[in-house]
Amino acid sequence: MKPIFIDGYSSHRRMLVALLLSGVFIYCDHKLASFEVARGYLQSLVSPLQYIASTPKQIMDYASDNLVSHKQLMLDNQRLKMNVLMLYEQLLELDILKQENDRLRKLLASPLRNPLKKMVAEILAVDSDPYSHQIVINRGINDGIYEGQPVIDETGVVGQILHVGANNSRVLLITDITHAIPLRVHRNGVRVIASGTGSINQMEVNHIAHSTDIRVGDLLVTSGLGGKFPEGYPVATVSYISENPNKQFARIRVQPIVEMNRLRYLLLLWPHQTPLVESQNDKLLSSNQQTRQVADEG
Amino acid sequence: MKAKNNNSVILFTLVISLILTIMPLPIGVDAFRPNWALLVVAYWSIALPHRVNVLFAWMIGFIIDVLLGSILGINAFATALVVYVTANNYQKIRNFSLWQQSFIIGLLAALYHLIIFWLQRFIFDVDFSVSYLKPVLTSAAIWPVVFLLLRKIRRQFRVQ
Repeated sequence: MKPIFIDGYSSHRRMLVALLLSGVFIYCDHKLASFEVARGYLQSLVSPLQYIASTPKQIMDYASDNLVSHKQLMLDNQRLKMNVLMLYEQLLELDILKQENDRLRKLLASPLRNPLKKMVAEILAVDSDPYSHQIVINRGINDGIYEGQPVIDETGVVGQILHVGANNSRVLLITDITHAIPLRVHRNGVRVIASGTGSINQMEVNHIAHSTDIRVGDLLVTSGLGGKFPEGYPVATVSYISENPNKQFARIRVQPIVEMNRLRYLLLLWPHQTPLVESQNDKLLSSNQQTRQVADEG
Repeated sequence: MKAKNNNSVILFTLVISLILTIMPLPIGVDAFRPNWALLVVAYWSIALPHRVNVLFAWMIGFIIDVLLGSILGINAFATALVVYVTANNYQKIRNFSLWQQSFIIGLLAALYHLIIFWLQRFIFDVDFSVSYLKPVLTSAAIWPVVFLLLRKIRRQFRVQ
């Protein structure tokens, strides 16, 4: 038997409470920085849902990884071996350059660049919210992740950590409308700030005078000035510059190098920590020498 | 006769809808993802307005906020407002035919997305794009399926 008259508070009063609650939460979440802690707890609370929701995708990935033909594997293997050979060659060169760079930096009495601590993370979820560009990754406070940590992939800078949960955390992408990143032009060192536009393949560089030497196709790399992102990682290329002298500043659009809709594995960086293990280059080089010996013998 | 209290059925359908809300999809399909949680909450508020009320809807919206990483309270408010409309007009909506209900749900979904857009505009100064309203079409189109399925579930488990 359904009641005709609903008892308890009327829905008008409930709506008023909902309105007040929303107002309080929107204000707190937007204005108070201390609310991040609560956000972190909530993030950990809903993480089971996120793990469940990403299961079908992971099963599909697993299936597509496993169901490949023998021929395909052979081809891949060959291609990867060639790649490894090329990369080792470059690594050798890099090592020499690095030593030389360190020596020169010592001569100039500028601080040495230490190798950074890194960690690989996998994407759990991509937000379907069209207003924010965020992704969820499978690392949290238990892995030593902290808020504001830089996140990159193999091509360039992806974003920074926004909220940290126990076992998962949220990454704010550089294309989000609330994100801005200090950069410099790789060619001549002009310093700029690129902010996200909310579009996945476009960012803007604001407040640049018309006379500044920036051309279409220039590579922008992190300048390391904000203290968040380490210096020298590629971020974007200049795609469009308006030549309208009536405007006070030039309108410059840049395109992020990272393909934000094709992310899968990410690298987390600790700019202020050096890795405890011996440097990876040394390991790779020693294994490289071993493989060469094997190759020579064969 | 004492009414059975099958809260778990309502909660189960809502959890499924929340999982569908955040399930990763290919980017082309993703823009057309129906508002599953909104549809399910709207159904329960029409079917059982004394059980699923505005504050309950607000809490579901709040969970969506946490899951999607939007500013806390935005989805919550929009969901609560939609359920405020459905819960106040549940007798009228029940008497509409299925396609008329679809139309109404489409309107409410449009209201939902516009409220979210207005709040975002108020806070972040985002620009409007018609693609924000793509889920309205799919939500309205999928409503008959959701309605019939949930009615079957409700009758099967005698949720009252």
